[in-house]
Amino acid sequence: MKKVYINKANCFSPLGFGINDTWNAISKGDSGIRKIEKLGEIEDFCAGIFKENIIEETFAHLNLDSNTYTRLEKLALITLNPIVEKGLISSRTALVIATTKGNIQELEKGNLNGASISLLASKITTHFGFKNQPIIICNACVSGLMAVATAKRLIQMNQFEDAFVLALDEITPFVVSGFSSFQAMSKEVCKPFDKSRTGINLGEAAAAVYVSKEIKNKDSFEILGEASIADANHISGPSRTGEGLYLSIQSALREAEISSQNIDVVSAHGTATLYNDEMEAIAFDRSGLAEKPVHSLKAYFGHTLGAAGLLELIVLMESLKNNKTIISKGFEELGVSIPLNITTSIIEQDLKIGLKTASGFGGSNTALLIKKVLENEY
Amino acid sequence: MNTSTVYISHWCSIEAGEIKRNGEILFSKESEEIELNDLLKAYYREKNISYPKFFKMDTLSKLAFIGSEVLLENIELEKPNLDVGLVLSNSNSSLESDKNHCESISDKDNFYPSPAVFVYTLANICLAEISIRHTLQGENAFFISEKFDAETMWNYTQYMFETNRVNRVICGWVDYLDGGYKLVFYLVEKQGNKQHTIEELQNIFN
Repeated sequence: MKKVYINKANCFSPLGFGINDTWNAISKGDSGIRKIEKLGEIEDFCAGIFKENIIEETFAHLNLDSNTYTRLEKLALITLNPIVEKGLISSRTALVIATTKGNIQELEKGNLNGASISLLASKITTHFGFKNQPIIICNACVSGLMAVATAKRLIQMNQFEDAFVLALDEITPFVVSGFSSFQAMSKEVCKPFDKSRTGINLGEAAAAVYVSKEIKNKDSFEILGEASIADANHISGPSRTGEGLYLSIQSALREAEISSQNIDVVSAHGTATLYNDEMEAIAFDRSGLAEKPVHSLKAYFGHTLGAAGLLELIVLMESLKNNKTIISKGFEELGVSIPLNITTSIIEQDLKIGLKTASGFGGSNTALLIKKVLENEY
Repeated sequence: MNTSTVYISHWCSIEAGEIKRNGEILFSKESEEIELNDLLKAYYREKNISYPKFFKMDTLSKLAFIGSEVLLENIELEKPNLDVGLVLSNSNSSLESDKNHCESISDKDNFYPSPAVFVYTLANICLAEISIRHTLQGENAFFISEKFDAETMWNYTQYMFETNRVNRVICGWVDYLDGGYKLVFYLVEKQGNKQHTIEELQNIFN
């Protein structure tokens, strides 16, 4: 099948707007996670929530009517706008959207129709003038990464020539109360893979990429392989053997026609819950990745749900581009049963191929391999 | 592109009080007014299905579960099965369970969010319930679209066959909100009577 490339990217998270701000913040070890005194009925927790007014202030630059769009829609437009050029949208261009909860805030206000994810997608489609119905992925916390894989597949099938992929979710009393009922939320900045970890931080973000059959610039990435395979084990807990994630990684490697030894760096899901981290450690070990540099980005901006896979893929692309590994913030002492090479310092080395994984409720998993485009390919 | 020829071997629907398989009515309740939950439970009991988890599911998952029971009746699948894909879609995501969770957190004096409800506030959980039932460790995805998107479903399914990731795919639509419901599932495999085409998908859906 034809190769598909990621050509442009943008993101907006509590760490900052745009890739440069995000990358610089991560390089400095900053975190966008802060203490939240109260949201809905839940008190005293830590989360990666945007500073008040920052979405409004950034949105104001677009000169649009502020009353027409919800907070999440504003986040969507701000994030996608810089990479959507007029003339790039053809009758063969797809818009692929990933979200777990969309405008669920509207439901909390009693507006059932307003909470419809297809309505959210349709508003974004209309705003940018996309000519096709949006493709929407709603597959728990793998949604963002699965959306990139889906765009690739539909382009390879020739349903589309190119695609804009947008992944987004926001923090609401709805999700905070839900995760809190699982007793999984941390009161401090999370510590993925660490012995003294205390649970997850939720986060909110939007991330977007432009994907096409052609290499459009020298900073493009090839999508080497991907797969999304479920555990078929439990609706809210991951498999103890890491089965679905292991199978996803194997299937992605098969498509890429490489071995796990060719992978230079792994961006894990790393939510800092006991079950998730342990499951990933087992799946990575079974995949022969135990010695590869592994990081989790959750201590930088929290678990951004449907946006996580794509946001973290974009950060991984920056890591490859800069030939620098990322420090897995919050990690000090190994807290999983299998030794992994969790990154504790920035190592400068030639990085070509990266693996991004995501896992979520429903036992869902996605693995996606990217490779830096070489200068002679462009 | 060299498109693999695959077929729709079986299909089923649950709509307006009727459960159909391959176009024939398999089960119906005289009154179209029957609530979906009651219809699904009646089918579960009549078929002597023994799967206690069924009663813990939200209505969307119950609907998807019974849909898969109907579709896969008399079809033996290996367990675990690495070659069966699962691609479902709907329009209203998990809004019904979303409403229930919302209700549980709306009143601060009566605040009772429950993990058992919250976990169903994701559309793909109904897909997970099917994969757990049959230990399907194959490719899976959940799409949302305002109306059934036959073209995307077709392409996504064909892709999996053409890249040898599957030898069967369970596909379809499963939607439930405010008492309104519709399910259409179909099985795509290498043998069958109906060729897997976008037109056939539209025929089956309507």
